[in-house]
Amino acid sequence: MSQFAVPWREKPEPSHGFVSSFIVALAKGIYAIATPIVTRFPGSILLSAVVASCFLVWAHALLFSYVDTAVLERAAEVGAANPNAFGYFSPSTWGLPPSVIGTLLAGDAAVEGQSPGLLSYLLWPVQFGFTRDMIAFGAIFAWFNIVPVYVIWWERKVAGRIQSRLGPMRVGGWHGWAQSPADGIKLVLKEDFIPDAADSILFRAAPYFAIIPSALAFVALPFGVTYIFREVDVALVFILAMLGIEVMSVILGGWASNNKWSVYGGMREACQMVAYEIPMGMALLVPVVCVGSLSLKYIGEVQADGWFSWLAFRNPFAFVAFVTYFIASLASCKRAPFDLPEAESELVAGFLTEYSGFRWALFFFAEYAAMFVVGGLATIMFLGGWNSPIPSDWGAGLGESIWAKGLKGILFSGPIWFILKCVFFLFLQLWVRWTLPRIRLDQVLYACVQVLLPLTMVLLFGTTLWVWASESGNATWDVIASIVSKVLGIVGLAFGFGFVAIAGYGFYHRRRLVGNLVIDPLPGS
Amino acid sequence: MSLLVLLTASSAFGAPSDATGAAAPGSVLEAVLFYIVAGGVVVSALGVCIAQNIVRMAVWLFTALASVAVMYFLLAANFIGAIQLIVYAGGTLILLVFGVMLTSKSPWIRFEAPKLELVAATVVCVGLFLSLCTLLGRAAWESVDEATAGTSIATIGRALITEYLVPFEMAGVVLMIVMVGAAHMARQEK
Amino acid sequence: MLSIGLTHYLVVAAVLLCTGLFTIMTKRNAIGILIGVELLLNAANVNLVAFDRFREGGLFDGQIMALFIIVLAAAEAAIAVGICINVYKNLATVDVDSARQLQG
Repeated sequence: MSQFAVPWREKPEPSHGFVSSFIVALAKGIYAIATPIVTRFPGSILLSAVVASCFLVWAHALLFSYVDTAVLERAAEVGAANPNAFGYFSPSTWGLPPSVIGTLLAGDAAVEGQSPGLLSYLLWPVQFGFTRDMIAFGAIFAWFNIVPVYVIWWERKVAGRIQSRLGPMRVGGWHGWAQSPADGIKLVLKEDFIPDAADSILFRAAPYFAIIPSALAFVALPFGVTYIFREVDVALVFILAMLGIEVMSVILGGWASNNKWSVYGGMREACQMVAYEIPMGMALLVPVVCVGSLSLKYIGEVQADGWFSWLAFRNPFAFVAFVTYFIASLASCKRAPFDLPEAESELVAGFLTEYSGFRWALFFFAEYAAMFVVGGLATIMFLGGWNSPIPSDWGAGLGESIWAKGLKGILFSGPIWFILKCVFFLFLQLWVRWTLPRIRLDQVLYACVQVLLPLTMVLLFGTTLWVWASESGNATWDVIASIVSKVLGIVGLAFGFGFVAIAGYGFYHRRRLVGNLVIDPLPGS
Repeated sequence: MSLLVLLTASSAFGAPSDATGAAAPGSVLEAVLFYIVAGGVVVSALGVCIAQNIVRMAVWLFTALASVAVMYFLLAANFIGAIQLIVYAGGTLILLVFGVMLTSKSPWIRFEAPKLELVAATVVCVGLFLSLCTLLGRAAWESVDEATAGTSIATIGRALITEYLVPFEMAGVVLMIVMVGAAHMARQEK
Repeated sequence: MLSIGLTHYLVVAAVLLCTGLFTIMTKRNAIGILIGVELLLNAANVNLVAFDRFREGGLFDGQIMALFIIVLAAAEAAIAVGICINVYKNLATVDVDSARQLQG
């Protein structure tokens, strides 16, 4: 039988190298081992994973502070003027052999004439900022991978529940927990497809313009007082810039695909993002005006006095700005109802039309990571950041022991609260996406330019006047302001309880079908 | 790729030495980061002038702007760096790309310059660069051996509404005029 | 070489200046010329911020001037893109050589 003439260009069979075969074998093995265990004990595994990660986080913070104290003490003993000389990248440490610094760290052991213990050798690298950076980088990288994978799975479950179905149930057993990793493996192994007419270099480069900024946004995003990769005084502007740069990837991807749908998607994205950046930034300026700083760490620390000190309840303008910011952030993450760039009923898949496999996955990772960053910004700027609703000075009587620190980390402030609030925002984004219909492009731009933009300007002006009045020191005004703030806090509390009640009601009745399944006979049949 | 992320991340903020978190002046780290970032700037600037396709030029401009922003972070000008990213890379450049998309019939459109002009431009630019370098080599700057501590954003903000209030307001007026003018120019004729 | 001083940054700015100039001189596309202008402005900015960093006394005039330049560059780009779109509407091309009606 002769060969068929195929209308497309023949491509050679892809050869799987050792690495990819190894990865596949590894994944299969892990899956085979993990599935029975996870299927049997899903709840306890989830719980112990959370506890273990909290413990890891605390352990590393404790380790760092222990080493810091040791280095500082030793520096004071030696009489070094600048403790930083023991820090990293300073020429004086380059020349020292490890044992000397080990002795420095061990302190007492050196005094007694013993050789420094194994522990000091193990701790030696931790004093260098570079090592700490590598650890923190590993943590960020892991988080950056975990968030999209599990939010995608969660989104499919939420979408299923909202539409009275189950969502992924098969892969991995318990509620399809392995659906997203399996999808990821599928995407990585897919054929790498680049259209002939595409600008291939830009087509390949575009996903990286999406994923690098959204990863870099995590650099300045604080998870807690000490859990920041780099504390920057302009952290807020930096993160906004990173979110803004992501547009470039969509435009480039759309243009380089050389496909009408893609270009339309890219153009829509550009319009929408450039327009919504303005109300988003201006809504974020409202808490900045209240606090007087662009440093996210400082803004978070200001809100440590419990529920009523959170910035959303500081004044009425901030409360409205919170809602405005949430709407604008939906648009900037191209989430529904603003998902015009990838509107599947109009543009096939928008800028993603020609993308497949790994590059497509990169776009999605960037989108979900950006959703987390946007939720994190909302958390820090409006909802108290990593502080719990309980005022932190209630914990003053607990003391300073390790156990007290741990308890404070759970009860009063800590990364766990930050992550919980971000998860709340993620859930809001999913809920909105699967509830509201998509709006037209002219409606999107109308909502931005004629509604949100004037509104945020009024809010910014109003909050400026409010801060000015508060700083004038008028006693009557202070009373009025605190009453207003309490009222707003109670309204916020009511919203929070309402949210929990509705979501809980939905979850409790998740097996009940909406409406009647019995379809009335069609007229005339 | 993750290495690139790491490099950009650590070069953006370097080893914290003062409030702005820039790399310690005179350290080896600063030198290494400087050469990496400067290499980025030079390569992307050359990319802009060599590229023939207009969208590729815009992408090279994007990398040039981003590396210049990282260079500002190295110079302890965090605010300028962040503003460069948000206004230049996130706003102006998008506008340019928009302009490209609205004015190109075919994506592969190119306008070639005559050979003679290319040669002349090369001679002029290389000559200018060499003479500038000679000049810089001979210049004796007063008291510039040591970098000063970085300026915090609060200082800049305060200066903008006291010392530089008039230019600041003028910038606002200019932006307003530009907004009206650009909207007028680009609108559809009825 | 390992001690980074003012001159290093100025050389980088010189590279930006020369490439920007080259781009302006050789490109025929109006938006390409605009891209060259952006490079020139960036060269000026790098100079300003570098002088600011290496100046005695910790002043910050350079940073504020750089800020104003960024603002003006954004304004200039908006107007210039508007002009390009108008030229395109009238001549159906953005080749700067073809826009010579006013030459008489």
